[in-house]
Amino acid sequence: MRISLTYRVILSAFVIGLALIYSLPTFLGDENPLQSFLPNKQVKLGLDLKGGMSLTLGVDMDKALSNSLGQMGENLRVQAKDEDIVIIRPRVVGNDRLRFFLLDADKADQLERIIERNFNQELSVQNRESMGQKRLQYTLAMTEEHRKELREMTLDQALKVMRNRINEFGVSEPDIRKMKGNRIQVQLPGLENTKRAVELVKQTAHLEFKLVKEEVDPKKAVQGQTPPGTEVFYFSGQGPDSKNPKPIVLNKQPLMTGQHIADASVAFNRYNQPYVSVTFDDQGARIFERVTGNHVNERMAIVLDNKVYSAPTIQEKIRGGRASITGKFSDKEAHDLAIVLRAGSLPAPVNVLHERSVGPSLGQQSIQQGVTALAVGGLLVLIFAVVYYGIGGLIVDLLLGFNMLIIIAVLAGFGATLTLPGIAGIILLVGTAMDASVLIFERIREELRRDMSPAKAVDEGFTRSSLTIMDANVTTILAALILYQFGTGPIRGFAVTLSIGTLASMFTAIFVSRAFFELWVKRKRPGSSLKL
Amino acid sequence: MGLQIIKPHTAIDFMSRRKVAALISGIVILLGLAGIIYQGGLKFGIDFAGGINVQVKFDRDIDVGELNGVLEGAGLPDLRAQRFGQSGKHQYLLRIPSGTYAPEEVRSTIQKQLNQELEADYSIQRLEMVGPKVGEDLKNKAMQALFYAVLLISIYISGRFEQKWGVAGVMAGGLLGGLYVLQLIGLPVGYLALAALIITVGMCWYLRLNYALGAVAALVHDIVITVCILTLLGKDFELSTVAALLTIMGYSLNDTIVNFDRVRENLRVKSPPHLGEVINRSINQMLSRTLITSGTTLLVVLSLVILGGGVIHDFALALLIGVIVGTYSSIYIAGSLLLGIGPTPESEDSGETEGSGA
Repeated sequence: MRISLTYRVILSAFVIGLALIYSLPTFLGDENPLQSFLPNKQVKLGLDLKGGMSLTLGVDMDKALSNSLGQMGENLRVQAKDEDIVIIRPRVVGNDRLRFFLLDADKADQLERIIERNFNQELSVQNRESMGQKRLQYTLAMTEEHRKELREMTLDQALKVMRNRINEFGVSEPDIRKMKGNRIQVQLPGLENTKRAVELVKQTAHLEFKLVKEEVDPKKAVQGQTPPGTEVFYFSGQGPDSKNPKPIVLNKQPLMTGQHIADASVAFNRYNQPYVSVTFDDQGARIFERVTGNHVNERMAIVLDNKVYSAPTIQEKIRGGRASITGKFSDKEAHDLAIVLRAGSLPAPVNVLHERSVGPSLGQQSIQQGVTALAVGGLLVLIFAVVYYGIGGLIVDLLLGFNMLIIIAVLAGFGATLTLPGIAGIILLVGTAMDASVLIFERIREELRRDMSPAKAVDEGFTRSSLTIMDANVTTILAALILYQFGTGPIRGFAVTLSIGTLASMFTAIFVSRAFFELWVKRKRPGSSLKL
Repeated sequence: MGLQIIKPHTAIDFMSRRKVAALISGIVILLGLAGIIYQGGLKFGIDFAGGINVQVKFDRDIDVGELNGVLEGAGLPDLRAQRFGQSGKHQYLLRIPSGTYAPEEVRSTIQKQLNQELEADYSIQRLEMVGPKVGEDLKNKAMQALFYAVLLISIYISGRFEQKWGVAGVMAGGLLGGLYVLQLIGLPVGYLALAALIITVGMCWYLRLNYALGAVAALVHDIVITVCILTLLGKDFELSTVAALLTIMGYSLNDTIVNFDRVRENLRVKSPPHLGEVINRSINQMLSRTLITSGTTLLVVLSLVILGGGVIHDFALALLIGVIVGTYSSIYIAGSLLLGIGPTPESEDSGETEGSGA
């Protein structure tokens, strides 16, 4: 690499200047006099340093598929009924197939035409089996394309709902993204009330209004004697495992679901108890008016995520599209319930697969400990370099400083995240970055011992070590790249600082330090010796 | 002005002590393997095995036995407490080695129990739950990382050490071909990593890539010994351990590359002396560089182990062990092996190595 000294100096100065500009905002903090001149970017801290919560949620796709199949079965039943075809007991078997009976086998062709017309993309007939008495048992499966489409839709929908909920919850800079394997990652920096956040994100919030079957005795129903079309539910907080279980028998088919909710808010009754007031959109209001009108003097249960909150008697047809959900809520619970109802229900249940939460005090402690380790280790190395190499050592120290600047600047400039292992990477780098300079210096010393002139020794030293330095660092960069590819969260931060730092140290050692040395040698009187 | 730790004409006879070195390495490896077998395999942390870790900080010191006693009433049968981080910070790690509990329930259960039964102020500093599915995924990812590390590094060093990138191409072809076949059989990725290693060694042997062989041997030596020592110290095998191992791989190779470059340079004179002597001289010439680099690296890693805090401690410890072992192996193990099998025969086109040695 024969590059003229001037060019070398200009490029070095340019890179270092740029690094300074981009790293300064991080050092100076939010309020600084240079704010208007400097780029508006600081190093982003990872959750392990800032405190906060990271959740990986798995969307229950089996459930989503089976829900959707169930819905299609019901739709098919209604459509068939319109054409005087009776199919009974549509049900989902094994999560992925829809099974029902056709009463009149003569109408099989007609039924299949309906299926082909209305569910061409979604369903395919897998099997039809004669059950005698002109009965046919049908087994339908979801097509592969529709299954794929449904999975994507479900994931997107879940993502959207979670975004809405979290935005309303009020966390600054949340990060919510899709991940492979039907997963969603939610990162909430600075969050402290983790329990509330988990409930907010996890709650399916599937709201249904169902008719109470007064004529069925809940006690008998619990023992398994449920008439067709009904199901046993429990009141919220009084489930089958609780001390005082309170079962109630409801119609399976809901009168209405929560999909028509326009707004939900917290209100207080005269005893100052919070409840959630729900407002429906126009269509919802019409449906609500109709179903309440049809069932005056009957009881309608308000069911949220399969738990009954209340089951008031309908006094009269309810106009205006309003309903209220009462229960033993705390203010916060009512507030969060209003949020989830407003943001819409999740298309399928979700499970927490991974959770990591770090309190802000630990984050602070980690930063402090990391910086202390960096300061102590770094100082030892700086002192060692000067003791060992004299003025050359000062150059090494300067280079180390430049490396730090470049790492910070690149992290800030590209919006990469600094984690605790990331700090460890920087610390490690302070130790290994010396290596390149050591290789060069030891070589220069060797050449000097062979009575080479200082200028020639510097030239030889740099030329002969450059390739080794690059080679030796390639392995580190390879390792860092692999870590970046396969590591998660904090470990990725390590890979990032390690690779940026390794590249930076190569640049400063081979390029910047050479400029320094050549300047230094040039200023010496000819004939004087180079002490290293 | 400058100081010199290693005098220019130092001539330590490293190679004559290579049998002692081999013995030491052998003993550590045997002990470590015995430890691993005694444990019934590697002890995985929650990253891989799944489970819940809760880090709690108290305002005063609490006996671990007392803490365990208090937590016994929480109804979490597998929960165990242990001290964590620097002493004086009164931090404890509560571990549940199974991922089937809901993390927020565990949090409130622990809080309730501590509030009721223990007169001390505390804060839950950190909670991490890894479900079994995610644990399985992470294990898989770690294996993949090791696999690709072996693959890429093998290809790189077979080209780099031998200065013959055509050979590296053959190596890559052989590796990928062999692995493709193995993958078709359905070998899990962990074994694929092992297979990649065996194929690499085999091909180095067959193609007489002796420098590469020495480097790979040193690398495997470092990884195995580090894992052994960590096991003997009773440390869990975590995702961060794998990260440390990969870093150590890079570091160990770095040392070996520098030393071998010098060996090759010293062999290229008109009538080179006996190989053992050349290796000795090369290692001595590079000794001050090796010691300085390892020394500064040790300084910083040690300061990380001592001052960096509990969260990063095990990662730093793995690095520390790796750096020490890596330095030792690049002097003894890689050199010894090279002495045993001889350098790669130089072909006519070796002129392209000009100017590479430092």
